[in-house]
Amino acid sequence: MDATEIGLWGVPLAILGGAIRVSTPFIFVSLGEAITERSGRINLGLEGTLVFGAMTAYAVAVMTNSPWIGLLAAAFAGLCFGLFHGWICKFPKVNDIAIGIALMLFGSGLAFFFGKPFIKPKAPNLPAIPFGGWSDIPQVQAALDVNVLFLIGAVLSVILWWAFRNTRAGLIVRVVGDSSDAARAMGLNPDTVRLLATGVGGALAGIGGAYLSLYYPGSWTERISSGQGLMAVALVIFARWNPLGCFAAALLFGGAGALGPALQSVGVTQGYYLFYAAPYILTLIIMIATSSPTRSLAGAPGELSITK
Amino acid sequence: MTDTVTGAGVPALFGAKGYPAALEWIARRAESFVIPLAALIVGMALFSLFIALVGKSPILLYETMWRGGFGSWFSVQNSLSRGAPLLLAALCVALPARLGLVVIGGEGAIVLGGVAAAAIGAALSGAPSPIVILAMGVGGLAAGGTWIGAVGALRHYRAVNETISSLLMAYIAIALMNQLVEGPLRDPASLNKPSTQPLADIYRIGNIPGMEVHWGLAVGVVSCVLSWVLIEKTRWGFAARIAGGNVRAAQVQGLAVGPLIVGFTALAGGFAGLAGMLEVAAVQGSANASLAAGYGYTGILVAFLARHNPLAIIPVAILLGGIDASGGLIQRRLDLPDATVLVLQGMLFIVILFSETLYGRFKAFNPDLWQRAS
Repeated sequence: MDATEIGLWGVPLAILGGAIRVSTPFIFVSLGEAITERSGRINLGLEGTLVFGAMTAYAVAVMTNSPWIGLLAAAFAGLCFGLFHGWICKFPKVNDIAIGIALMLFGSGLAFFFGKPFIKPKAPNLPAIPFGGWSDIPQVQAALDVNVLFLIGAVLSVILWWAFRNTRAGLIVRVVGDSSDAARAMGLNPDTVRLLATGVGGALAGIGGAYLSLYYPGSWTERISSGQGLMAVALVIFARWNPLGCFAAALLFGGAGALGPALQSVGVTQGYYLFYAAPYILTLIIMIATSSPTRSLAGAPGELSITK
Repeated sequence: MTDTVTGAGVPALFGAKGYPAALEWIARRAESFVIPLAALIVGMALFSLFIALVGKSPILLYETMWRGGFGSWFSVQNSLSRGAPLLLAALCVALPARLGLVVIGGEGAIVLGGVAAAAIGAALSGAPSPIVILAMGVGGLAAGGTWIGAVGALRHYRAVNETISSLLMAYIAIALMNQLVEGPLRDPASLNKPSTQPLADIYRIGNIPGMEVHWGLAVGVVSCVLSWVLIEKTRWGFAARIAGGNVRAAQVQGLAVGPLIVGFTALAGGFAGLAGMLEVAAVQGSANASLAAGYGYTGILVAFLARHNPLAIIPVAILLGGIDASGGLIQRRLDLPDATVLVLQGMLFIVILFSETLYGRFKAFNPDLWQRAS
């Protein structure tokens, strides 16, 4: 079969491929945010962490010529940002949402500051597995070229889903998130648990950033993230703090993000910029549909400030 | 506060029983002045540490910053120009904050206010200039007000978190602007930088006489003063402060919380939309991608630094405008990236939010402890 013969079939194929490619940072940031929010705290600064992670990963990969070391560096940088957020929020009267906004500015600022010299050089990419190798059609091959981080993210969401239900650590995070008082009665220190949960959340967001700069779009620029970190926060709410839901929602968002480019590739150029806004519009619609003024959201951690 | 009421026409503040109350008033004012100032200084100190760590001279940095921001009449005017949109952008955060809402998507209202103004300016081309300028102002107000008012309505009637929804709507607004500026509103003559039709010169807003600063500064200052009057001196402001403290209590009191929230957020967005209109009418001359210059985000910092007090926004916005204005000079003289100012802003923001924890902790600001200690 000739490649050009698939015609309009190219659209769903491009959306599928786009969903797989675009969703990976969403998976990592939203899993990280799910852990943080389950512990009763919200970190809006993950947007800044994502951007800083992208820069760190790229810079370290350029210098060491290894994408994996870059990935680890990004995770470590994200961990530091998360721990900083966790530490500062444990002081009384410090608002976790506002600190998140500040860290978003600060993380992006630092990333742009240190990332300036790395806009030109080329970093080695993270590897992808060509699941589409059986096909002769380049579109199919392109759509099924799946990065290893996507697979790791998929496995991680299952593990987290299982761990929240069945492990002691999962129980501790849930108790702390539902009631600080109950946690204290159990002899747990909510501040410490939240500190660690925010740190882990930051590390995962850093990995999401590494994917952006080391695989797709695969270079470091100052416009590398367009709110993925923040959309992930909304995505977690939509997914009801369930890691499996996060994975599914991330795929949905990735698909929405791929809608514009997919339609453009078959010649639909009308409203290109509005299609570009599709993920944001989708997020907003989902938030409106799932919020309710009369009851708190099912599955919402009791201590979470954003759903009160 | 009943003990401040003294008889026989003695001014309450200086009456025998009024003395502690006056003292407390002074102490509280001093606290809310000293703590942000100290936070600002600590933030600056941390930033100089950062600059020293990357191998530049902090002394040269602050000298350059002073020269670029406030060192001459020219740089003062530059700072005032940069501060003008920040005044309005900060109101977009400060007004909802009095109701307990964290609205961070003012950028969207700025962008749409600018687009609405440009569209009105092009549509009414030929009409007398006062009418057109007024219509552009109203258009900016209405566009921004609708956008952020919708955020408030979603918050109250659907319980949609206003922080996230306002930010998502900012991204949507920017996409909408790009669509309009690239499509139906595009001036065919704008090649590399898609823009709307340029405004005729008579519809442009000029400078305040004797200054190189456009009238937007005056509009911003007046808006801040009016907002202060609204919050501190009217019953709507009083109701808003009650609702901001405790929504349930406000509802029990029979306050119409819904209209209050929608009204305040719409007014806040209107101010941001006005900032966009001024940017078009006084600076750019048309609507284009430069409208999304980040004033909405710097406005968040200004509002928090001013502790959401509209009068305090005036000096803070000019200070931040000065930091912004000196950015270019810092880049050139110290050979630093343009994100340097962003790093400084982020640091200041974190330190200022952190300083919230210090209120009520110092003996110096508590007259009771003061008296007991002496």
